[in-house]
Order: sequence, then C-alpha cells, then structure tokens
Amino acid sequence: MHTHKHKPIHKYTHTHTHTAMSPSVPLQEMIRAIRSARTQCEERGVIQRECAAIRAQFRQSDNGGRSHNLAKLLYVHMLGYPAHFGQMECVRMIASPRYSEKRVGYLGAMMLLDEKQDASLLITNSIKNDLSHSSQHVQSLALCTLACMGSAEMCRDLAPEIDRLLRASNSYIKKKAALCAVHIVRKVQELGELFAPAARSLLSEKNHGVLHGAVVLITELCERSPETLERFRKAVPDLVQIMKGLVISGYSPEHDVAGISDPFLQVRILRLLRILGHNSEAASDAMNDLLAQVATNTDSTKTVGNAVLYETVLTVLDIKSESGLRVLAVNILGRFLLNNDRNIRYIAMISLQKIVGTDHNAVQRHRGTIVDCLKDQDASVKRRALDLSLALVSASNIRSMMKELLIFLSSCPPELRAQAASGIFNAAERYAPSQRWHIDTILHVLTTAGGDVRDETVPNLIQLITTASELHCYTVHKLYRALLTDISQQPLVQVACWCIGEYGDLLLRGDCQETEPVQVSEDDVLDALETVLQSHMSSPATRGFALTATMKLSTRITDNVDRIRSIVSIYGSCIDVELQQRAVEYNALFKKYDHMRAAVLERMPVIEKNSPGHTNGESTGEPVREIQPAKVKQGELPQQPANQVCDLLDLLGGSEETLQPSPAVGGTAAGLTTNTASTAGGDLLDLLGGFEPVPLAPAPTVPVYDKDGVTLTLSCEKQSDSGLTVTLTASNSTDSDISSFTLQAAVPKSVQLHMKAPSGDCLPARGAAKVTQMVVLNNPNKVNLKMRVRISYSSQGSAFQDTVQIDSFPGLSAAH
Amino acid sequence: MMRFMLLFSRQGKLRLQKWYTATAERDKKKMVRELMQIVLARKPKMCSFLEWRDLKIVYKRYASLYFCCAIEEQDNELITLEVIHRFVELLDKYFGSDTDQPRALPSGCQHLLRHRVPKAIIFVIPFYVFPTFTNGRIHCSSYQKCRRTRALYAN
Repeated sequence: MHTHKHKPIHKYTHTHTHTAMSPSVPLQEMIRAIRSARTQCEERGVIQRECAAIRAQFRQSDNGGRSHNLAKLLYVHMLGYPAHFGQMECVRMIASPRYSEKRVGYLGAMMLLDEKQDASLLITNSIKNDLSHSSQHVQSLALCTLACMGSAEMCRDLAPEIDRLLRASNSYIKKKAALCAVHIVRKVQELGELFAPAARSLLSEKNHGVLHGAVVLITELCERSPETLERFRKAVPDLVQIMKGLVISGYSPEHDVAGISDPFLQVRILRLLRILGHNSEAASDAMNDLLAQVATNTDSTKTVGNAVLYETVLTVLDIKSESGLRVLAVNILGRFLLNNDRNIRYIAMISLQKIVGTDHNAVQRHRGTIVDCLKDQDASVKRRALDLSLALVSASNIRSMMKELLIFLSSCPPELRAQAASGIFNAAERYAPSQRWHIDTILHVLTTAGGDVRDETVPNLIQLITTASELHCYTVHKLYRALLTDISQQPLVQVACWCIGEYGDLLLRGDCQETEPVQVSEDDVLDALETVLQSHMSSPATRGFALTATMKLSTRITDNVDRIRSIVSIYGSCIDVELQQRAVEYNALFKKYDHMRAAVLERMPVIEKNSPGHTNGESTGEPVREIQPAKVKQGELPQQPANQVCDLLDLLGGSEETLQPSPAVGGTAAGLTTNTASTAGGDLLDLLGGFEPVPLAPAPTVPVYDKDGVTLTLSCEKQSDSGLTVTLTASNSTDSDISSFTLQAAVPKSVQLHMKAPSGDCLPARGAAKVTQMVVLNNPNKVNLKMRVRISYSSQGSAFQDTVQIDSFPGLSAAH
Repeated sequence: MMRFMLLFSRQGKLRLQKWYTATAERDKKKMVRELMQIVLARKPKMCSFLEWRDLKIVYKRYASLYFCCAIEEQDNELITLEVIHRFVELLDKYFGSDTDQPRALPSGCQHLLRHRVPKAIIFVIPFYVFPTFTNGRIHCSSYQKCRRTRALYAN
C-alpha cells in the first residue's frame, strides 16, 4: 500500500501537472513556529507577522505561492484568528484553471464564506462552470462547496444543473449531487418538486453511497411536502427490498461494521419507512414483516446493533403497526433497560416516556427496573427515571411507588428536587389511599425538601388538614414535633404554626390515639412559637403565621393568656410593618373588643377547595356545614387565613365597602361571615334576578326558639320551585335591653343561602321592638331542608350565644 | 441532522469545529464555550448523551480528545456514536503510521493532537471526511473508498 509522505499535500492525480512551489515560509515551518510559542502573546505575535506577510503576498500577483498562502491563512483561521481578508482571494483562486488553486480556493470558500457574506455570490458563476467540468474531481469540489454554503439564490440558479447531475452515469458524482440536492431543498423548499423524479430512480442503484444519498433526499422531500409523501408511499416495497437485502445478506467487507451490514444505511431507511408509514395503514402493512425480521435478527451485543434496533423500535411505535409488533418493540425496550451500558438504559427510558400514555400497561411491566434506575449515578438517567416513575404512578401501586419516590427525594440532586416534590404532590393528590397517608406524605416532603416546594403548597396543605377533621389531633401533634426538630423549612413551619394556632387545645389535651401521647404544656407551645417569631431563619410571612397562631391560642389555653398579651404588645413596635399592624390589631382585640375575642378567634370553618375532582380515600359527608363561605371570599380563605382576621379588624376600623347599606350593622364584628354571605347574597341576587321576595299573604309563623326571654319565630314563603324565603323575627321579653343581636344560619351543602340585612341589632326590653331578618334559600336538589341558626347577643354586659336547629318549615310540604 | 461537530482537548482547547448551519460568529463562540464547560465537567462513567437547549449532544472521549456532536430531537443517538467512531477510525487510517494495518485508536488521535492537525484539517478532512459528513449526514460508509482516495491524494 502507499506510504504516507510527510510533505505538504500538493499532489494531484496523474491528469494534472505539478506546479513549481516557492512559498515564502513553508506551511510546516509556520506551524512549527506557532506551536513553539510558549505564551499566548508570543503566538499572537507570530500570527500577526504571518498574516501581514500573507496580505502582502495577496496584493502581488505571484503565481506560484498563492495556494500555499491561502492554506496558511486557513490554518490561522482554524486557530480562531480573523481571516476575512482572504475572502476575495478565495474567489480568485476558484476561478483559476489550476486544480491545486481551485482546491484550496473551494476549501477557503467553505471555511470563510457563508451565505451571510456578500462575496459568496461571486463564486456562483465559477461553480456553474465547474459543475460541467470534464474532471469529476472538479465537479465534486463544486458540488461540495455548493452543498456546504450555498445561499438560496445560488441554489435557485444552479438547481437544474444539480438535477442533470443526479442522472449522470458516474456514481461518485451522483452521490455528491444527491447531497447537494438535500441542501438545496432545505434552502428553497419549492425546488423539491424538481428533484422528486430523479430521486425515485436513484433507489434502484447498487452503490451504497448513492443509495444513502437518495434515501436522505427522499426523506427530506417527504418531510416538507405531503403530496410528495403520498407519491413516495408507493416506493415502500422497494425500500423493504433493499432493507431485506442488507439484513439477510452475508458478510460484505465493504460495508461491514461489527457484524451489521451498512448500519448507517439501515438506520436511514428505517427512518424513511417511519415517515412513510405514519398514518397510513397500507404502507404500515407493507413493512410489518420486515420490521419484525429486523427486530429479531439484529445482533444486539454491540452498540451498532442496538442503534439499528432502536431505530426499528421508534419506527414500530410511530406507524400503524399490529399489536404483536408493538409488544415486540416494547419488549426490546425492556431488554434495553436491563443492559449494562448506561447509554442504552437512557434511550430506553426516553422511548418509554413517549409511549407511557398510549401503551401504559406494557410499560407498567417494567416498572421495577425503572424504579431501580432512580438510584443510578448519572444525573441524566435519574431525571429520565423520575419522569417515567411519576408517569407510572397509579391507584394500585401508589404506596410502593411513593416509598421509592420519597427515598429518591432525600438523596436526589438539587436540580431535580423541585420537580420531584411537585410530582409527588400531584401523585399524592390524585391517588391518596387515605387522608392520613396523604398528610403524612406531604409532611415527609416538607421535612426533606421544604425549600423547593411551590408556594401554593402551604394553603393546599392547610385546606387538606381542615377537611380531615378526625386527624386534627394527630396532625397537630406531628407538626409540633416537626417544629421542635427543625425550624428552617419555611413551608413546614408555616403549616405547623397555623395548625398549632387552630388546634392548640387538642395539642394540649395530650391524648391522641394515632401517635404516642406526649405531655405538652402551654409554656412549651408558646416557647415553640416564640422561637419561630424570634429566629433569623423565619421569613416575614412565617413570623406573621406565628404571631397569629399565638393570638389564636389566647382563646384555647387557660393559664398563660398574660404571656400572650405581652408577646403581642412587644410586637406592636416591631420594625416589620406587617407584624406591627397585626400586633396592634391584636392588642386592640385584647383591650377594647375583648368580648368579641372568642368569636373572632374561634375555630375556622372547613375551607372549600375551588378545583373539583380529587379523590380522597375517605368521604367528608357531613349533613350540615358551618357557614358556607361565599364565593366572593373563597379565593382568599385558603391563602390568607391569618389575614382574614385582619380584614375582620379592618371592618372594625370602619372600611365600609363590604357592609350592606342597610343600617345598624356597624358593631357586629362577629358577623363577618354573615356579612360575607349578605354581600354574596347581594351579588347573587343580582345575578339570579328573580329572587326578590314577592309580597304574599302573610304566611304562618312558628316559634323556633324561646330561652332567657329571647324568642325567635320563623315564617316562610315559597318563591319558586326551589326557592324559599324565610323570615326570622326576634323579640326580647326581658327587663334589660339587648344589643349586638346577630343571627347566623347554616344549611345543608347543596342548598344556597343568602341572608339579607337584618332590620337592626338592638332588642329593647319588654318587646318594645322586634328585629327581623330575611333569609333566601335555594334548594335545587330538593334535599331535606334543615337550618341551624346561631343567636348571639349581649345583655347586661355579658355575651350570650345559642344554637337552634330547625327541621321543619311551615308552608313546605314534607317531600321538600 | 447534525448541527455541528466540535473536537476539543481535555485542557479546553478547541481543535476543530464544523458547523452545518449558518450561525453568527458571536453565537458560535458562545455555544462552544458553554458546551465545552458542560462536557468537560462530566464524570467518566456518565451517559454519553445530554440535553442542551433544544438539541441532543452526543459526545465521546478518545484519549484526551472529546468528540462532540449536536443532533436534532428526532435523530438516533446511538448511530451518532457510531458515526463518531467511524470518523475516528478514518482519521486513524489516514494518519496512522506507515503500515496499513488498522491500529489502536489512540494513535490516530495522538497524531491529531500533536502533528497532523493542520494537514488533516486543512486538506483531508474537508475534502474527504467532511464530504463523508456532508449536510450533517454520513454518506460514505465504505473503507475501500477511503483507501482509494488516500492513494489519490498521496501522490
């Protein structure tokens, strides 16, 4: 064979003559000089000197060394230095009749000129001439260059030439022309039509190079034009034939790569078959047998075999293949998952991710292996495994999968934490087998990855906790313990504070079936909250939660109310404006409005969740709920439970917007929810329109409450098929006046309730005047109508409260 | 389709870059810097594929040279690994020592690193090997062709 010569390659084929070489500095020497430069600065110096010399040489019309100088310039360009002054030289060299100069000129064009440079247009004519040159090497130079940097105009100009060359007899030229055509089609899509017939005929070539080029060209044409795609569907049998030839044929030294015959061409053909078979039954049928054959016969011990198998799997999954073939494909992916090579595992998971929606059961079979990949060292593999595991969670495997996911969360790389946490939350929400499990899971995530969860986790969790009323005791104990261990995870601390504030009495009671009992004293609880308040790790929002929780405890504990009072008054001069405002308002609640404190700080109602459709394991079907929070305020309740108290106190301060214009409601702070209902009632009444009570003959009144001299009577009128107006009338037969008289009402869940403003809130002694309030009900589902009314008032300086349940309404038939 | 191919050394020096789409100089430099940083930070046993912007990056290390290709979403990563391998074999066949027996891979790469870069890159690769890779696709899969053309150029 030929020995390798250590000379600059200025040799040509025997058809060309040698030229005399007289370079100023041989290329080799320049390279040596550059390489021996010890510092960047020295190297720059050498290069600047050389460039200056080259520029000077360009200006002369020295025949001999032109190609050599350009070659030096190209080397300098490769190292990253500017070389734009060589562009015109390239143009000149391309036009030269000498092959040596043409060659370097074209090389320079490919490296220095791209379609953005103006000089590129100047070579169009040279290329055109060279495309019809007698020597195939010159033709190939032109073809290569056009394929590399041809702009859209150049392509349009020269496309007919390329088409002619596609039909040439020389396979070397045909191959290059095919690839040039690919470039042209990419630049100017309309020219695809021009090449389609020639491309079709190239499929019958034997030369693999030409075949490869043809397949690439056809792929490009089909991707861009649906009509061409239709036409080429007829070529599927030919492609199948070629493919079969490659798969079945024996060893061919020319094309063998590790036992596979021309895998590059195989992959190309499979890709084209994929495009042709997509959405076409007929075409998919024609390739079914072949795909099965490739899938079973390809040797998968080396990467190259796996590459072909991978492409086969992608094709099978994308066309309308029969189910047996799909199963075969998924099994191949399953085998890939068990492969030792990490690359293969990675691409298996990517492919499984694509089909987990459609072939869910098939992928489920490999769940075990996928979950194992969560423990892989490589971050890319871990990411893929996480995506796939989350997609595979279902109601039946939720417990085991969650265990694995939580283990993963504790050791996963930081960039995946947020994704893992939110994935776990979604899965838990959709498939939680029980509320306790759900709460436990969320708590676990908050303790491990609390810093990476999204903001709405806190209100979501609070909402969840309020619905699980049996678990309040358990939840607050668990959260209290978590709070003692670590107060750095803000979402966890916020939820814990909220719960301790709400359910502090349960915490102090000490007994709890679900966890071991632990004695918690009031001081302990207050200590914990104070730690949160004072810690530098707590964010302002967290401290707000803690302050409100401390305040709420004032009604739930008995001994240390003074301590709470002092905490609250200290924060009245806090620098943080939000905290200061809260503290001042709570102080006011202690001082001026102490009689309302109990009502203001009582247990919150269960918060309605806006979005439907999550299945918790246990049902929460209580027949009568607390005051139905009106839709107007609903959005706020989950987000700012603490701020609702502040809104309440703002009303005390006199912001009037939410109050009905009707009189005497100013002092009834405890009736915030009533007001809410009224406001909503107002809005909804506007929407519904026809619920204005129509004056009818006075309906029968029924006494529903009579105690301590306060009586309440009820009468109702039917307005429509499902609508009903109830009028409650109160009177006072005692000797002292009653003030701050308010009524609150609650009805079953499906019934809508709107309370109108009461006529007043004072009941003078000895029945001198009455207070009436109208309640409009809408019962579309015709459930059994019940109403629970809470009466609260002040008499002789003390507050009274009572509740009465009304089960039957006069004027209503039993069926309703 | 392959968008670009980079060759760089373990020390972070770029040896070769070939772009198959028209990109501004500034963007090219930025992409090269970013990718070199990402790939050089990878540990030895890690996966050869990674996702970067909207492309897939396939890289393989031979001796102290990293061969790095950027391919599109629908391309086959495993066959790209084979393409890189074929490229390395060609380089080795071309610039291996005087015998024509296939040599252990590193030698060709060492040559590439030490001496033959200029010759290889300037004269051979664009005309032979990159046509092999024209338009980001490999289209000459024959070793015989390689030998014949080498003969052509060697005279």
